[in-house]
Amino acid sequence: MHSPDGQGYSPAVPGSYSHQMPAKVPPHQSSGQYSYSGSQNVSQLNNFQGPGQTLNRPPVAAFSGSPVQQPGPAAQVLPPALQNSAAVSGAGSFPPGASPPVLSNWQYSQTPVSQPLGAQTSHLAHVPGTGSAQPPSSLPGSTNPAGSYQYAASPGAPPLQNSYMKPGSAPPPVTQPLTPLHPPRPPLGPPPVGGPPRPPAAVAGPPSAQSVLKPAVNQEGDARSAASDGSVVQNSYDAIEGGGLMATPHHSPAAPNLKVNRSVGYSYPALPPGYQHTSPPGAPGMNASALQYPDGSKHFHQPALGPNHLTASMAGLSLQQEGLRPVNLLQERNILPTTLLKAPVPNLHEDIQKLNCNPELFRCTLTNIPQTQALLNKAKLPLGLLLHPFKDLSQLPVVTSSIIVRCRSCRTYINPFVSFLDQRRWKCNLCYRVNDVPEEFLYNPVTRVYGEPHKRPEVQNATIEFMAPSEYMLRPPQPPVYLFVFDVSHNAIETGYLNTVCQTLLDNLDSLPGNTRTKIGFITFDSTIHFYSLQEGLSQPQMLIVSDIEDVFIPMPENLLVNLNENKELIQDLLKTLPQMFTKSLETQSALGPALQAAFKLMSPTGGRVTVFQTQLPSLGMGALKSREEPNQRAAAKDIHLTPSTDFYKKLALDCSGQQVAVDLFLLSGQYSDLASLGCISRYSAGSVYYYQSYHHKHNPVQVEKLQKELKRYLTRKIGFEAVMRIRCTKGLSIHTFHGNFFVRSTDLLSLPNVNPDAGYAVQMSVEESLTDMQVVSFQSALLYTSSKGERRIRVHTMCLPVVTNLSEVYLGADVQAITGLLANMAVDRSVSATLSDARDALVNAVIDSLAAYRSSVLSIQQPGLTAPFSLRLFPLYILALLKQKAFQTGTNTRLDERIFTMCQVKNQPLVYLMLMTHPSLYRVDTLTDEGALNINDRTIPQPPLLQLSVEKLSRDGAYLMDAGSVMFLWIGKNCGQGFISQVLGVPNYGSIPLNMTHLPELETAESIRTRTFVSWLREQRPFFPILYIIKDESPLKSSFLQNMIEDRTESALSYYEFLLHIQQQVNK
Amino acid sequence: MAFTFAAFCYMLSLVLCAALIFFAIWHIIAFDELRTDFKSPIDQCNPLVLPEYSIHSLFCIMFLCAQEWLTLGLNVPLLFYHLWRYFRCPADSSELAYDPPAVMNADTLSYCQKEAWCKLAFYLLSFFYYLYCMIYTLVSS
Repeated sequence: MHSPDGQGYSPAVPGSYSHQMPAKVPPHQSSGQYSYSGSQNVSQLNNFQGPGQTLNRPPVAAFSGSPVQQPGPAAQVLPPALQNSAAVSGAGSFPPGASPPVLSNWQYSQTPVSQPLGAQTSHLAHVPGTGSAQPPSSLPGSTNPAGSYQYAASPGAPPLQNSYMKPGSAPPPVTQPLTPLHPPRPPLGPPPVGGPPRPPAAVAGPPSAQSVLKPAVNQEGDARSAASDGSVVQNSYDAIEGGGLMATPHHSPAAPNLKVNRSVGYSYPALPPGYQHTSPPGAPGMNASALQYPDGSKHFHQPALGPNHLTASMAGLSLQQEGLRPVNLLQERNILPTTLLKAPVPNLHEDIQKLNCNPELFRCTLTNIPQTQALLNKAKLPLGLLLHPFKDLSQLPVVTSSIIVRCRSCRTYINPFVSFLDQRRWKCNLCYRVNDVPEEFLYNPVTRVYGEPHKRPEVQNATIEFMAPSEYMLRPPQPPVYLFVFDVSHNAIETGYLNTVCQTLLDNLDSLPGNTRTKIGFITFDSTIHFYSLQEGLSQPQMLIVSDIEDVFIPMPENLLVNLNENKELIQDLLKTLPQMFTKSLETQSALGPALQAAFKLMSPTGGRVTVFQTQLPSLGMGALKSREEPNQRAAAKDIHLTPSTDFYKKLALDCSGQQVAVDLFLLSGQYSDLASLGCISRYSAGSVYYYQSYHHKHNPVQVEKLQKELKRYLTRKIGFEAVMRIRCTKGLSIHTFHGNFFVRSTDLLSLPNVNPDAGYAVQMSVEESLTDMQVVSFQSALLYTSSKGERRIRVHTMCLPVVTNLSEVYLGADVQAITGLLANMAVDRSVSATLSDARDALVNAVIDSLAAYRSSVLSIQQPGLTAPFSLRLFPLYILALLKQKAFQTGTNTRLDERIFTMCQVKNQPLVYLMLMTHPSLYRVDTLTDEGALNINDRTIPQPPLLQLSVEKLSRDGAYLMDAGSVMFLWIGKNCGQGFISQVLGVPNYGSIPLNMTHLPELETAESIRTRTFVSWLREQRPFFPILYIIKDESPLKSSFLQNMIEDRTESALSYYEFLLHIQQQVNK
Repeated sequence: MAFTFAAFCYMLSLVLCAALIFFAIWHIIAFDELRTDFKSPIDQCNPLVLPEYSIHSLFCIMFLCAQEWLTLGLNVPLLFYHLWRYFRCPADSSELAYDPPAVMNADTLSYCQKEAWCKLAFYLLSFFYYLYCMIYTLVSS
């Protein structure tokens, strides 16, 4: 049933791979090649089998023999193991009746009849290794390395087996070489190869081997493609990306294995350290080798996916002390680390962790995933992911391959955490289905070696980008289309924004991401809608006015969106004249709704990006809004309008989303503009919102600079069109809620008409079935988008995390920043669906509940005070910071739009920036030194230590820089050193510092250079432009500065210490 | 044996109840399709919600007029639930119960599914109850 896209499985040419944009592999293989290889197939296959058969098949022997006959070490180690299996609840013992290897063996022999040859081939091909190699430091006298032990153990003597596996230096439960992801391997699997991976037995000259194996693959390929795209008509992107039907649970034959193969828990050492020294000398070596090469059977070294046995065993104790050390929050005053907090490292085997996804891209709130929902509930911490999937990356491997290897049942992309059963098959780490490795995948284009599928870039990088073939397209990739919609009512002209925007646009016209197909268009509106015809041959742009705003229509079918390159002069002409065209306008009404409808109509055939500039409350036509803000009640948490007042914008956004149009909103408004309603247009169409409060070209020059800088970034940053993102996770976990700007199309699919590198997403997860048999779980996000160059690409991130069974380990792995980020997202939802005070209560309760749970379930000794696990020591501080953040604060005079804008940011910002907004960084900058400085591109960037956000840390004779993400404050103390004031600020004394100073003068003094490099370095790290306010005691902005002093008390909010006392009171109740 | 107004009410409600049962089944299928990815939330049908609510309130009015207090009493809780649902939704009532961006939330989805099942059960039971009552009113008196 598979015909047209046979090239997807074209056998001959292995994909080429390069870091740059490589030339594509010729997509279509002639069908001749298929038949050719087919004809050869039988004899060659036999041939291939040959070598395998000639080699011995030790598994059986090893199987029966080993455990009982083990010499000394086994016996010696026995007692600890027994003890341990008792001590660590269930962790050390196999479940009753478990006999993993045997079963898995069976599985193998049951391989589908349709391809017996292939299966057998691989079987045999792998046998050669068996028995011949010994682990480098293996047990004396033991000829059976790890693999065989496993077998031997299963029949009847679990404790013994375990004891074996847990020799000396390793604290007991930690040593279990057999990871659940590799279970079925052993039977074929010859024992661990000790030293460096040996060349695979199957290595043949690439050409011959290719043709040899081709037939089986072809067959497979057909089957697969039929499965993937055959029966279901691909009428939506999500079908293409690969969810849909195929995602329904599919019981792969291998599943039973997992059940059987109980993951022997990895838990922190429960044995006294004394045991570490009781073991026989040989044991540790064996242990180490078994752990490091658990998959010797594969002939190639693929690290165990299990938790970090080795590290845990060696460093477990100290880790425990550091990680689980309860911190008495009331006693430890200086709790904030002096450097920026880093994401905790999951406790995985080093080799795996090395491959794991960068935490900046993909982060989980709990780096130790609780095994069951009950355990998760007990911990009272949210489980979720924080993603920054389209972040600008300096190094991103791009794979151009005619075939993208994916799991047949769940459509997971092949990733570093899959296990290769042998050369020809891999097991999906999300659904555990065993898949075939396609022929081409055996060839590694990087090393140019055949037969090393595990060395392919796809399997070596957790973050990778694929060039998608035509199966991933519903229509030809769209050209980049940009439409700008300007508000030109009197109010808008008054602010003078049009000058800035047009000028910035003119400057960056050439750097708009795109290619020769880029299209651009302009619409302006006041009470009517103006279109601009940029037809070739016109001497100047022609304005077309549509005054029927009740029923908007497009005045002419073409030339409103024109090719940027072919009509550049006309466009530049328009941008130059546009600011002057409306200077005399007296029209005060704004018909934003109809203008958006017009924009939608104009864009819907292609899709693309609409950029809207709006300066006031829309007052005409569809989507007109009324002011809802009551200035006197700003402080109250009750009765504020966080919900949209009309569905118009939401519906329009959904229509846009359906047509792959995203709307970005720039709101430059001095008055209330009901961002709660307007924001919906961006929120559901995956756009972004920018808000410049009280923008005015004369009265507010800093905002002008901010707009310029941010608009430049906005215009020139990468962009992905017609994107969808799917998040997959290991069976048993399920996605509960998404946070961010997008439209949720199905349970795990987000529709993103545009995707930009500055957008973050959060996902709440739940544990649906317990993860009993798993040691690790994986998450994969796949973002399918059309680049501005018109290529269809898939960016895949995969993260792997260990599963734990007890509460203390869950706390050990808690990522406090991610938790705070996720809670902030949840709180925004809560304040919209319920009330702000509900959301605030929920935040406080989150701290109370988790600390209470920790106190009652983990701490054995009830200490006085407020104890928190080390990993969560900053939790109360961050929550307090959230409560004092603009989005959630009460009691102060926050404008409604500003509050809602902050909420939008919470939802849409990647975690790093969100944390900076929530808990600003404070540095002392009058004493900057080059000590410990960073060196980047010949610039020396000083790295002053972080200070706690308390006035108590400020000294009158210093200067302090507060970096609050979108704004920076440089506070100058009254007695600040004369040197700093004159050499950095360029004024003679404290008194002559101007009140509204926002720039550091460029002085050629060492201090000035240091300070400026530091500030610009901080600015460079984010996509928005923080204004630097230089403030002193009399400055009006001092109150904003002090409001960010989170640990201090304000009129309406508790100080950190008071907050702790409050929590303590609740926890101890 | 008399063809009273009450009997007429029961006959009419019997017919309309069949429609309600159809709506409920339709909703169950729709949510299931949503969950299994066959369908985009935008297509999730709201149009059937308002008819359902109005048919049900018509019942209540009819039974009120026919002075069938017991039947009315059985229907009033659902009537209140519908009113609550109706007034709790966002400004423009066309979106009514199911908001496309929100419906994919795991909680919302399972709530909607449960709601649909409960309604199906309720309508089925009331169908037989109306049948019984209709015959009863026809036969008695």
